[in-house]
Amino acid sequence: MSTAATAATSAALLQVRDLSVEFATDEGRVRAVDGISFAVRPGETVALVGESGCGKTVTGLALLGLIPQPPGRIASGSILFAGRDLLAMPETELRGMRGSQISMIFQEPMTALNPVFRIGSQMVDVLRRHQRLTRAQARAAAIEMLAKVGLPAPGRRIDEYPHQLSGGMRQRVMIAMALSCGPRLLIADEPTTALDVTTQAQVMDLIVDLQREFGMALILITHDLGVVAESCQRALVMYAGKIVESAPVDTLFRVPRHPYTDGLLASIPRIRADRLERLPVIAGMVPDLRHLPDGCRFAERCPRVRDYCRLASPPLQPIGKAGTEVACYVPN
Amino acid sequence: MSPTDSRLPGRESAEPLLQVRGLRKYFPVPAGWLAAPQQLRAVDGVDLDIATGQTLGLVGESGCGKSTLGRAILQLQPPDAGEVRLAGQNIVGLRPAERKAMRREMQIIFQDPYASLSPRRTVAQIIREPLDVHQVGTPAERRERVDELLDTVGLRADVLDRYPHEFSGGQRQRIGIARALALEPRFIVADEPVSALDVSVQSQVLNLLARLQSEHGIAFLFISHDLAVIQHISEVIAVMYLGKIVEQAPAFELYAQPLHPYTQALLSAVPLPDPRARRQRVPLKGEVPSALQPPSGCAFHTRCPLAAERCRVETPVLRDAGSGHQVACHFAPG
Repeated sequence: MSTAATAATSAALLQVRDLSVEFATDEGRVRAVDGISFAVRPGETVALVGESGCGKTVTGLALLGLIPQPPGRIASGSILFAGRDLLAMPETELRGMRGSQISMIFQEPMTALNPVFRIGSQMVDVLRRHQRLTRAQARAAAIEMLAKVGLPAPGRRIDEYPHQLSGGMRQRVMIAMALSCGPRLLIADEPTTALDVTTQAQVMDLIVDLQREFGMALILITHDLGVVAESCQRALVMYAGKIVESAPVDTLFRVPRHPYTDGLLASIPRIRADRLERLPVIAGMVPDLRHLPDGCRFAERCPRVRDYCRLASPPLQPIGKAGTEVACYVPN
Repeated sequence: MSPTDSRLPGRESAEPLLQVRGLRKYFPVPAGWLAAPQQLRAVDGVDLDIATGQTLGLVGESGCGKSTLGRAILQLQPPDAGEVRLAGQNIVGLRPAERKAMRREMQIIFQDPYASLSPRRTVAQIIREPLDVHQVGTPAERRERVDELLDTVGLRADVLDRYPHEFSGGQRQRIGIARALALEPRFIVADEPVSALDVSVQSQVLNLLARLQSEHGIAFLFISHDLAVIQHISEVIAVMYLGKIVEQAPAFELYAQPLHPYTQALLSAVPLPDPRARRQRVPLKGEVPSALQPPSGCAFHTRCPLAAERCRVETPVLRDAGSGHQVACHFAPG
């Protein structure tokens, strides 16, 4: 294991080692996540960045034991949370962890909120499952939490159904529900992608404020590098099921080491002061997970590719003094 | 220019290729049993000019009416009031035969290349369809034109007999673009054409659209919610809020000097891909009001940091603020 990861181990809240997740498909087994390792310290904000199909959402679901099995399967690895392996934990115990210790919020709140129950009864259920509260105490706690996430008139809104709220308000309710039991780790999967720009900013600011206030760790799964830059301390860049770069956000944007990170940062349209004729592009496209090459998965699209890159997949290794790790034979 | 002249007007032409005046599109929404339906004011009196070969970016949040405006311009959703002139000819309320001829000149590219391409047709059939419908050339010429179009959008000829599901999102969008180009239109509405695509593919498609604009002189109405994308692709940008254009300016002027408080809030909310960037957000109160009951006066007054009594009463008109900049606000400078 790399030295940076070892150093983090002692203090880590979450320690993922060699995690692989496979899915059975009509065309054979597909490895969506392939041997990834990373650690998250208490109170740390870590971004899991990448394009669709890179394995970032599957990683998030695996952390909560939410991979549907079958067709899914954890093919290897361990997930230590506060020193205990979640993968070895019985389902009943894992259920107790979800919501109280580790919570997750999703891109589309309508898929996570039950449409036939009032918001209040859903929140009261969550609170009473994990804490010894009377119904009245749980309701009071729910109203307090809804006020905290900025839901106007929470005492009235608590008795509404999810469809009566706007997208931004639903997302606030889901955040309130996820945080109601004071989890130590929040996994947020594209929490603002379905929202409008102005609402997006409000909700992202809310998540970061609450993360600080509760001192919880945050894993933010996103494709949006702007959100990463504004909200996270460290970023893990994923490509075709592997982590290709791990770095403090400031360093990542200044000195991207992996050619994929480099290409991604160059190709995003940015608000600029002068006209750019052509956007730089990453040639080609993401490889098919069913037919992965033996060597580096980015080799086909890489401007720096060498012959030996196609022989074996490069391991994630420390580089420089800033705490960056990169999986590349010819890094920047 | 006479209305029947079908040739492309030159860049020097004083008249813009597309002129939209007072365009309005309301949708009736059932209010309940026996109650009179309410009117959803999707597009509420819009004026726009787009020159030949120019890209006008239309930006706004969901529900502001930007997609409806694009469709009302193309007559895909017939407007309730107003004019749309293409090279001088009003195309609102044309008879079917005239409308078919008009459709050759104006095309659309949709956001979702998964939903807008028929899953049962091959790529060749999809791209050929407009040529068949309008009976352009001989069958041999149409086949040749399809090959040429594939080359234009950067697809290889061996994709012709394949079906849309065999392609990635970026490739499907290229197929949709090839079809839109088939009849050599003068004007294309591109409705969120890259929003469903991944970053690395998005930049490829944006470069393709920019190339088509400059090589073929096509005018674009580029609709997007993404402020960075819209700045990159557009010469002029219009900002829409609750059915109305609230600000319009040359792209770089708008970003350097936003005049409308809504534009200022929008720009300040975009997350910048630079961890060292520090800036002040312009906070907005509440959420976008319903287009069923837009606020009185200035529709933005319920959320505006500058709102005063006058804004509740008097609707601001889009006025000239110098250097091609227009703004609809009582308190904006200029």
